Amino acid sequence: MNAVSANLIGKKYGKLQALSGISLEVGEGDIFGLIGPDGAGKTTLFRILATLILPDEGTASVCGFDVIKDYAKIRKVVGYMPGRFSLYQDLTVLENLTFFASVFHTTVEENYDSVKDIYQQIEPFKNRRAGALSGGMKQKLALCCALIHEPSVLFLDEPTTGVDPVSRKEFWTMLQRLKQRGISILVSTPYMDEASLCDRIALIQNGKFLKTDTPQNIIKGFDSELWSVRSDHMSKLLSDLRLNEGVSSSFAFGDAHHVTLKNGKCNSHDLSVYLDGLKHTNVCIQKIEPNVEDCFMQLSGKNIL
Amino acid sequence: MNDFSNMTKPTAKGNWIFFMAFVRKEFHHIFRDKMSMLILLVMPILMLILFGYALNTEVKNSKVAVYDPSQDEATRAIVEKLQVNDYFVLHRMLKSPDEVDRVFKSGEVAMVVVFSEHFYESLVHGGKAQIQLIADGTDPNTANTITTYASTIINNYQQELLKTGAIPYQITPEVKLLYNPSMVAAYNFVPGVMGMIILLICAMMTSVSIAREKENGTMEILLVSPMKPLYVILSKAVPYFFLSVVNLITILLISVFVMGVPVAGSLFWLIVLSLLYIFVSLALGLLISSVVNSQMAAMLISAMGLMMPVMLLSGMLFPTENMPVALQALSDIIPARWYIIAVKKIMIKGLSVGSILTELAILGSMAIVLVTVSLRNFKIRLE
Repeated sequence: MNAVSANLIGKKYGKLQALSGISLEVGEGDIFGLIGPDGAGKTTLFRILATLILPDEGTASVCGFDVIKDYAKIRKVVGYMPGRFSLYQDLTVLENLTFFASVFHTTVEENYDSVKDIYQQIEPFKNRRAGALSGGMKQKLALCCALIHEPSVLFLDEPTTGVDPVSRKEFWTMLQRLKQRGISILVSTPYMDEASLCDRIALIQNGKFLKTDTPQNIIKGFDSELWSVRSDHMSKLLSDLRLNEGVSSSFAFGDAHHVTLKNGKCNSHDLSVYLDGLKHTNVCIQKIEPNVEDCFMQLSGKNIL
Repeated sequence: MNDFSNMTKPTAKGNWIFFMAFVRKEFHHIFRDKMSMLILLVMPILMLILFGYALNTEVKNSKVAVYDPSQDEATRAIVEKLQVNDYFVLHRMLKSPDEVDRVFKSGEVAMVVVFSEHFYESLVHGGKAQIQLIADGTDPNTANTITTYASTIINNYQQELLKTGAIPYQITPEVKLLYNPSMVAAYNFVPGVMGMIILLICAMMTSVSIAREKENGTMEILLVSPMKPLYVILSKAVPYFFLSVVNLITILLISVFVMGVPVAGSLFWLIVLSLLYIFVSLALGLLISSVVNSQMAAMLISAMGLMMPVMLLSGMLFPTENMPVALQALSDIIPARWYIIAVKKIMIKGLSVGSILTELAILGSMAIVLVTVSLRNFKIRLE
């Protein structure tokens, strides 16, 4: 039985189609990543699966329970961490944890083992108010609170947004450990680099899945050669690249532009000559391996950053 | 042991633990938020003092000037009586009628008493003497109040003359104020403030704190838990119920020991009545919280939708009898109105519980309707 399965979910907010035709399967003990920009519909999907809102179309089940009929049963077995920091800022770390333990009809002592790894990292601050914690600490506390009742499925809506890179890395290490304990995890993130840490990912944009597969397969599906192009004038470079008829796509990435070329029409040498002719200095063209973000852009045909 | 309790009575025990944890958490919120503390504990006292003293229609120590051309036994006695009274202070004697205009213009005095010439003589022989009370009409409330006081004092003097037999025949109009003979304003305001404070704390604080859970996203987590959503809401109401009881006690203590308003009737029935009213107010707060999603909206609806009508339409400040029929009908559906009427009956007039059966019945049915509607309106999901 799949931990989570959704079949052709659709949801409208007024005229806005927030989700349409969403289907997904999260296997037991899998980490399933929802990768997509803000406003893609990730939170809406989480809320439907967490029984907080009703889908307009389609069916979904969590641990075999229907999200509409058996909402009460689902609420007992899932841990949900909403996108925003949703704990009580005026309560201390320990008070928050104790409170949520009792919300889930348990105690911190009883289930200490299930949160021990994570809680130990924030234990030195247990008497500090949650509002005074750093972003990374807050997320660890929120994760503790979501785990205190030993859920079999975890819904984590953008747990690493606004968290520093070191804490982000730690957070994913924790998720891997939870996975080893057999907890199925559905996690969303706008960070493409986190995608490769999932067992399966779905690329989501404008309420639709662009593709669902393992990160490796999605990268394999990238069917053209990818070039990284740099020069001294990056913004002029981008517009010049886009004017070249031999360039099939060109997107701005951090410190370089990622470019694909039309087969047979243009190669890297042609491109170098073209850019030199436009008086670009220090032009550097390198062949690179695509990552999930490249795949996302190729699929969506649009630069999301 | 653990398994046993989980298997057989999963909800009863868990719900109770949750309930207590929630109540504790709610008190943490209240005690750690200085604003809430201020609103909850200081506001009742502040409002009582504001309404009882600052917005008082009682006028004490008003400066009075007297023009007395007669200077006889009767005028001296009347001036003496005015002077010994708390309400008046004799500012000075005027030498001529022309000065009257001047003392008012300079704002020296609040009232001038002008006696007719040969006052005592006219009173004894003609059975009639004239006295003029002049007050500053730009402040009609004060003017009205102090002239009433002065008339009462003069009437008293007339009655004394009657008793001594000095005047054979004299008709004095009898004016008597029932229940509040000295027109102590606190008698009128204490029930009103009780009605307002309780409504404010129960309805506003409950709806605002539920809205805060929605705004902060904690409601999402609470909903995605084994807790019955209804318990979430009910346990939210409990702390405010206790706080309202604390406030009720504070108000009663202040009004009895500081403001000198006694509880003339049964304290027991006053408390029963108040608990019923607290219940109605909590139900109202739950109803508001089921329709709003932000603290601001909850605050506005409570303030505009509850506070204003309570202040204006409950009969607390303005008598409902003088209102247009439409407003009177509106005031009928305001719980505070019935509560205030009933509190006045029991607390001030000292009537028995039999006299407030109507109000109890109305408040009771309001409670049933409000609880039913808010339960029906209650959402087990976010939308």
